[in-house]
Amino acid sequence: MSIFVDETTKVVYQGLTGSQGRYYGLLNRDYGTNVVAGTNPRKAGTDVDGVPVFATVGDAVEATGATASCIFIPAPGVHDAVIEAAEGGVEFIVAVTEGVPAHDEARFYNRLKRDFPGVRLLGPNCPGIISPGRCNIGITAGHIALPGGPVGIVSRSGTLTYQALYELKEKGIGCTTCVGIGGDPVPGTSFIDCLEAFEADPETKAVMMIGEIGGTAEEEAAAFIRDHVTKPVSAYVAGVTAPPGKKMGHAGAIVSGGKGTADAKMEALSEAGVRVGLNPTEAGELMAEIVATL
Amino acid sequence: MDLFEYQGKQFFAGYGMPIPPGEVAFTVDEAVAAAERLGTPVMVKAQVHTGGRGKAGGVKFAATIDDVREHTGNILGLDISGHVVGRVWIEQASDIAEEYYASFTLDRSAKKHLGMLSVEGGVEIEAVAEENPDAIAKIWVDPVDGLEEATIRDWVASAGLPEAAVEGAVDILGRLYEAYVDGDADLVEINPLILTEDGRVQVLDAKVTLDGNSVFRHGSYTEFDETQTRDERETAAHSRGLQYVGLDGSVGVIANGAGLAMSTVDVVNQVGGSAANFLDIGGGANADVMAGALEVINNDPAVRSIFINIFGGITRGDEVANGIVEALDRVDIEAPIVIRLDGTNADEGRVILETHLSESLQMAPTMLEAARRAVALADASGGAGA
Repeated sequence: MSIFVDETTKVVYQGLTGSQGRYYGLLNRDYGTNVVAGTNPRKAGTDVDGVPVFATVGDAVEATGATASCIFIPAPGVHDAVIEAAEGGVEFIVAVTEGVPAHDEARFYNRLKRDFPGVRLLGPNCPGIISPGRCNIGITAGHIALPGGPVGIVSRSGTLTYQALYELKEKGIGCTTCVGIGGDPVPGTSFIDCLEAFEADPETKAVMMIGEIGGTAEEEAAAFIRDHVTKPVSAYVAGVTAPPGKKMGHAGAIVSGGKGTADAKMEALSEAGVRVGLNPTEAGELMAEIVATL
Repeated sequence: MDLFEYQGKQFFAGYGMPIPPGEVAFTVDEAVAAAERLGTPVMVKAQVHTGGRGKAGGVKFAATIDDVREHTGNILGLDISGHVVGRVWIEQASDIAEEYYASFTLDRSAKKHLGMLSVEGGVEIEAVAEENPDAIAKIWVDPVDGLEEATIRDWVASAGLPEAAVEGAVDILGRLYEAYVDGDADLVEINPLILTEDGRVQVLDAKVTLDGNSVFRHGSYTEFDETQTRDERETAAHSRGLQYVGLDGSVGVIANGAGLAMSTVDVVNQVGGSAANFLDIGGGANADVMAGALEVINNDPAVRSIFINIFGGITRGDEVANGIVEALDRVDIEAPIVIRLDGTNADEGRVILETHLSESLQMAPTMLEAARRAVALADASGGAGA
């Protein structure tokens, strides 16, 4: 099993006709993902390397039975693209685009919660989701992930997600699903959403978590792990040495008002029984130790 | 993007909030001329992107034009927590009866907007939150619903503002929320919001942080981008479109991806060194981007060694290796370089780099090993303890 996606997931790419959308959409198809459609209101009726293009997500869903969408629309259009996907009838939306204004994110997050409670949004500003061997939606390089489990991965950062997959692959450890939740202030899917799903997934036996400075998502995840997660967890939090008041690349990665420090996050996670590594390699080694005892 | 106080006040004034008349000045003569137009007494206020101005002597009351001349002369050039004052705001002095606090920001946990209002203004809100949390009235606003006047009235009442301030505060808070949403702000803060002796509610200080991601719908924000506080290195990186944060150490860091860059800085510190910077070159990592990154690092005199940490995902290791080789041809690098290359096509990339290796261009198999070598090289050339 995997979480959120599997081999039956059918994906429509919003922005398939753009350079990024085309590149990653076709790469995802090559990996084995059911890439069933693209959208572009001005290019409906055409195709991208055999993938039919529709005017809207609603049209694509009607014609192809798409169940998920992946957004490669430039930042100014992401708000409307998310709402269009939800109205169009998909149940899972992956927004890869970075640079979306925080107010837009807050607006569509709350709109989905109220009017489309069955729809899950991943991102924006995230690498996407991969269930190795089954489905890859987004920009993760598929071959760095080993299929089969038993580890589930959830991460706030793109390249560190790859690093985590790679550390595990080097040790011969597979992954059930790897979810990149993204580094923005209002992520559609949180650590807690993923931890809850991994806890319920019988194939996932342990969870690796990659956090970073800023906000309190890691602290909230720690409290959730303490109370609700029985499976072992290893973690790494990036930005131990980040100076306060400076955004470290991601819009959400900033230590301000003495809050959001890596130390506080690592302490909260340790107290919840999570094995915390000081760098990605160490977190991978801790996970190898955990897997050896399963 | 952080706004200076005066920019924040002008931003607020654009939404109809009452601010005392004032003018910005870059020289003593300009300050004097402004004060003559405004009429004394005035306040002379340092404009810096940091707190603690008052304690540092950056805010002074000037009863006369001579006072304006003296205070402005002292304040211009003053160093406030590393920020050198380059401009002052000259403002008509207000007769303050009471000081309040008001702000809106995004509550990332609740995923809603958070409004905070307190009768304990004029001091750091963090201090109030710690010592007397009940003195802060909070409301959470669903961005889909927006903020109704009736809600604002209840909020003002629960904060315990006196009758005389209610109408003025309700009006300002409605406008403050409008400015916050319409202007795509990360933070709008009025501290203090004042009630004057003659019963008017006014904005006496303004702290505004705007979302840099929203510039596409706010063309005028480019003027604020130009007044951001950046050191020379950050300015150089910014002009090349690189994500760069200057730090105090001696190991220059280049990595692809914000998380990996942050992690690289961490690892350098963990093995006993200190990073000179955070630099994320993003996904591309082609020769142009790599050359630009190396130029920025090369121009930092504190850099004693360079650690290039690349994880190929979609980006292929051989492309990155070619990019590095080409960049090294273009830029004359002074500090020795340690490269760690992993991920997609890393083997092919390593083969390409192999033929260029020397004392000053090394390769290491892991992130930790590369960090150790980069730190050793920095120490060997006298960069220890930076």
